[in-house]
Amino acid sequence: MADRFIEPDTPELRARWGNFAWTEANAAKAKDILSRYPDGRQRSAVMPFLDLAQRQVGAELNTQGWLPIPVMEFIAAELAMPVIRVVEVASFYTMYNIAPIGRFHVQVCGTTPCMLRGSDDIIETCKSRGMKKGHTTADGMWSFTEVECMGNCASAPMVQINDDNFEDLTPERMNAVLDALARGESPKAGTQDPARHTVEPVGEPTNLAAMVSANHDYRSEW
Amino acid sequence: MPKVKVDGVELEVPAGATVLQACELAGKEIPRFCYHERLSIAGNCRMCLVEVKPGPPKPQASCALPATEGQEIRTDSEMVKKAREGVMEFLLINHPLDCPICDQGGECDLQDQSVAYGRGGSRYHEHKRAVTEKYMGPLIKTQMTRCIHCTRCVRFSEEVAGVDEIGALYRGESMQITTYLERAAHHEMSANVIDLCPVGALTSRPYAFEARPWELKKTLGIDVSDATGANIRIDSRGREVLRALPRNNDDVNEEWISDKARYQVDGLVRRRLDKPFLRRDGKLVQVSWNDAFAAIATLNPGNSIAAVAGDMVDCETMFAAKALVGALGSTLIEGRQTGMDYDTSSLSAVNFNTTFNGIETADAILVVGSMVRWEAPSVNVRLRKAVKRGAKVFLIGPEWETTFGGEFIGEDLSLLGGLPQHVADALSGAKRPAVIVGGAALGRGGLEAALALSGQFNLVRELEDGSAWNGFNVLHMAASRMGGLMLGFAQKGGIADLVAAKPKVLISLGADEVDYAKFADSMIVYIGHHGDKAAHAADVILPASAYTEKAGTYVNTEGRVQFADKAVFAPGDAREDWTILRALADAFGVSVGFDSFDALRDAMIAAVPALGVEGLADYGSALPAGGGSASGAIAYPIKDFYMTNPIARASATMQRCSAELLHGEEFAEAAE
Repeated sequence: MADRFIEPDTPELRARWGNFAWTEANAAKAKDILSRYPDGRQRSAVMPFLDLAQRQVGAELNTQGWLPIPVMEFIAAELAMPVIRVVEVASFYTMYNIAPIGRFHVQVCGTTPCMLRGSDDIIETCKSRGMKKGHTTADGMWSFTEVECMGNCASAPMVQINDDNFEDLTPERMNAVLDALARGESPKAGTQDPARHTVEPVGEPTNLAAMVSANHDYRSEW
Repeated sequence: MPKVKVDGVELEVPAGATVLQACELAGKEIPRFCYHERLSIAGNCRMCLVEVKPGPPKPQASCALPATEGQEIRTDSEMVKKAREGVMEFLLINHPLDCPICDQGGECDLQDQSVAYGRGGSRYHEHKRAVTEKYMGPLIKTQMTRCIHCTRCVRFSEEVAGVDEIGALYRGESMQITTYLERAAHHEMSANVIDLCPVGALTSRPYAFEARPWELKKTLGIDVSDATGANIRIDSRGREVLRALPRNNDDVNEEWISDKARYQVDGLVRRRLDKPFLRRDGKLVQVSWNDAFAAIATLNPGNSIAAVAGDMVDCETMFAAKALVGALGSTLIEGRQTGMDYDTSSLSAVNFNTTFNGIETADAILVVGSMVRWEAPSVNVRLRKAVKRGAKVFLIGPEWETTFGGEFIGEDLSLLGGLPQHVADALSGAKRPAVIVGGAALGRGGLEAALALSGQFNLVRELEDGSAWNGFNVLHMAASRMGGLMLGFAQKGGIADLVAAKPKVLISLGADEVDYAKFADSMIVYIGHHGDKAAHAADVILPASAYTEKAGTYVNTEGRVQFADKAVFAPGDAREDWTILRALADAFGVSVGFDSFDALRDAMIAAVPALGVEGLADYGSALPAGGGSASGAIAYPIKDFYMTNPIARASATMQRCSAELLHGEEFAEAAE
C-alpha cells in the first residue's frame, strides 16, 4: 500500500484518455447516482462516479480498470468540483486503482489470522506463478498485492480477486482457482473447502455444541 | 455565556467559544499547529490536548471542543504535560532534525514548541520517512519531508483564497501535501501559505537562505502596491530590505498580503536611480546634486510650473510639492496620471465608504468595472467572505475568474442606466446593498451614473440596529490616490488641464504612467526612485526614496490614514523626497515654510487635519445626486498583475511570476 502512486500525467496518457466520456449505459447509471443526492450536494457522488469510471476503463481495457488523471478530471468536471478534491479521494481509498492494473487483481491477506493459517504458502504459490508484489505480470493477467485484514478471519487464509473472495485456501486450492480464472471460467466464490458451505464450524462444533439441535440456556452452567 | 473553570480560575466565555479559546481568555498558552483563527477547525495535529471534566478520562483536543457550562479545564496537569510530550514525540518521528539548514529556523512553531513542550529526546530509532519535493511555483519553496500535515495550506487555499489547488494525497504515513499535478499555485494570495506553515515545509523561495530572523530589523510599514494599504512589516538587514510580511490588522488586510506586496521588494535594489542626471544633447548624464540644482535654478519657471504625483508617493511628498508649486504661484497639481477627470468635489463620492470590514456584511453587491482580484486582492477575499455569508454579487465588465461566483451581467457602462430586473430587485430587496465602482468605470460619466444608483437603491441608510450604512464604494488602485485627493491633487479636467497650461517645468513625483509626449515643451523634473518609463522622458532626474526608505502618511481607498516608518536608507546619492523638494524651493528662490520633516508634517496636518489622525477620515455620508448617462465598454486597466508599478517591474521575482504564471513560460528547475 505504501508504494501506491498516481500514474504520471504524460502526453500519451492525455492522448489515450483525454476524451473519456460515459458510455450510454453508464451515462444513465451516472444520472441515477446523481439523483440520489440532494441539490447542492452532488459532490457526494464522487465515490460512486470514480467506481463507475474505473469499471468503464476496465471494460475498455479488459482489466480491472484504473483511474488515469484525465478521467479524474472528467469526473471533476461532471460534478463541478476541483480536481484536487477528486484526486484526494481516489488516492485515499485503495480500491481505486490509480495506476494501470492487470486482468485479475489478486489481493492476498497477510494479517495475523491469515498468516497463522498459512497465508505465507498462498503468497509463495502466487510468486511461483510469476507474480511479484506490487506488480502486474508481463502478460497483463495478474496484479498481485498483499493487503491487510479483509474480515474473513473465520475462513482464513483468503484472497480477494477482483470482486470476489476466495477463502479456506491451500496452495492446491489457490492453484485451482487461478487456473480456472486463467481459463476464463468463474470459480465458485467463498470458501474453497468442499466440506464447508460458509463459515460454519469445520467438522463437529467444539463450543456451543448444545445449541446445534435446539435452543439451550447456558446461563445456569456459568 | 457559559462559565468555565480554567486551572481553577472561573471565567465567562462567549457562547460558541471553544475550550482552546476559553484557555486563551484565561491567559493560558495552548500549543497548536493546525488550529488557526482565520481558518476552519481541523483538529488533526492533537497538540492542543487539555484535560476537561466532565468528559471521558482522556485528554481532549481543545481546538475542536466547545466550551460548555460548568467545564473544568486543566492545562497544567500531569496528564496534559504527558499528552503534549507524546504528541510532540510523534510529530518529530518523521520530521527531519535539519533546523540548522532550514529557513524556518528561528521562527518555527515546531522548533519553539518542541523546546517548550517536548520531552527533550526521541526513542525512535527506525528509519524516518522522506517525501519528494513538490513544485508550487516561483514563490513557494517546498521541503515536504518537513511537513506535519496540519493542512493549514489546504484550508487556506480552499476557504480564503477560493482557489482549490492544494490537497492531501494518499493516506496514513504516505500522506503528502501537493498542488494538483505539482503545478504552480495560481492566485494572488498564494504566498500566504508560507506564513501559515508552522514548520519549514513551505518557505519563501526568493528569500531562501538569505537571512535568519534574528538578524533582521523589523520596521512597521504600509504597502503601496495597491490602494488597500495593507499593513506590512519590513524586514531589513543593513541597507537592504530582505522581505515584507503581513501585519495583523482586522480592518484592512486581516492577516494576508498579496504576492506583489510581499515579493516586489527585491525590485528595490534593481534599476535604482542613485545619482542625479541631466539631459545634455539628448542624453542623460550623471551630475552632482549641486550641478543639478544649478541647472534647475536657471529654468526660472515663474508660475508656469505643475506637479504630477505618482501612484506610490506618500502624503508628505505630495504636500511638499504642493507647497513648492503654490509658493511659485501655481495650482496645477494632479495625481490621476492616466487622464481620468471624475469629479472630486465630494470625497465621499470617491471613497470606499462601506469599509473592508463592512463589505463582508453586505448582502447584495454590484461591482462595476473592477477586476477586484488584481486591483485589490484583499478586497477580493472580503467579497468571498460576503458571498459565503449569502451575499449576491453582480458584476459589470468583461468576465474574469472570480473566486466567489457572482454573475456577470454585461460589459457596457450603459447598464448602469438600466439594470436587469433581477439585479435591481436584489439591490432594492437587500438590507445592506453595496455598489463598488472600479477604476475602469470612473470615467465617461460612470461615477455619476453609479451615484444615481445610490439614490435609487437608497445605499446610504440607517440599519435596523441603528448603525449607519453607506453602500457606495469606489475602489482605487493607487496607494497615493485618496491622500492626493485630500491634498487637492486633482484638476477639474484631469491631467488635460496641465497639458493645456503648457507649464515650463513639470515636476513628476514618481509618476511613471503619464504620457509625457504631451509635455514635449516642458522641462520634466523627475523625482523618483526607479529608472522606469518616466525617467526616459525626464530632463532632470533627482533620485528619491522608495516607500521603504522614508517615513510617510498613506491613505487607503477607504480613507484610512496610516503611518509608515523608514526601514532603510535610500541607495547612493538618493535622498528623501521632501528634502529634494525643499532644496528645489531654494533653487527657485522661494520659501515653502518648512525645514524639517516634523515641520512639514505639522504644516500638512494644519492644512488637512484629517491626515494627522490615524484611522478612517470622515468625509461625511452625503453623496452627490449624480445622474446623467454613461456608456462605453469597460476595459480593465491592469493587464499584468505582477507588473503594475516600477518597483514590481524591476523585481526579478515579479518578472518571473509574470512570465510563468500569466504568460505560461516554462522554467527548468535547478537540479539540487
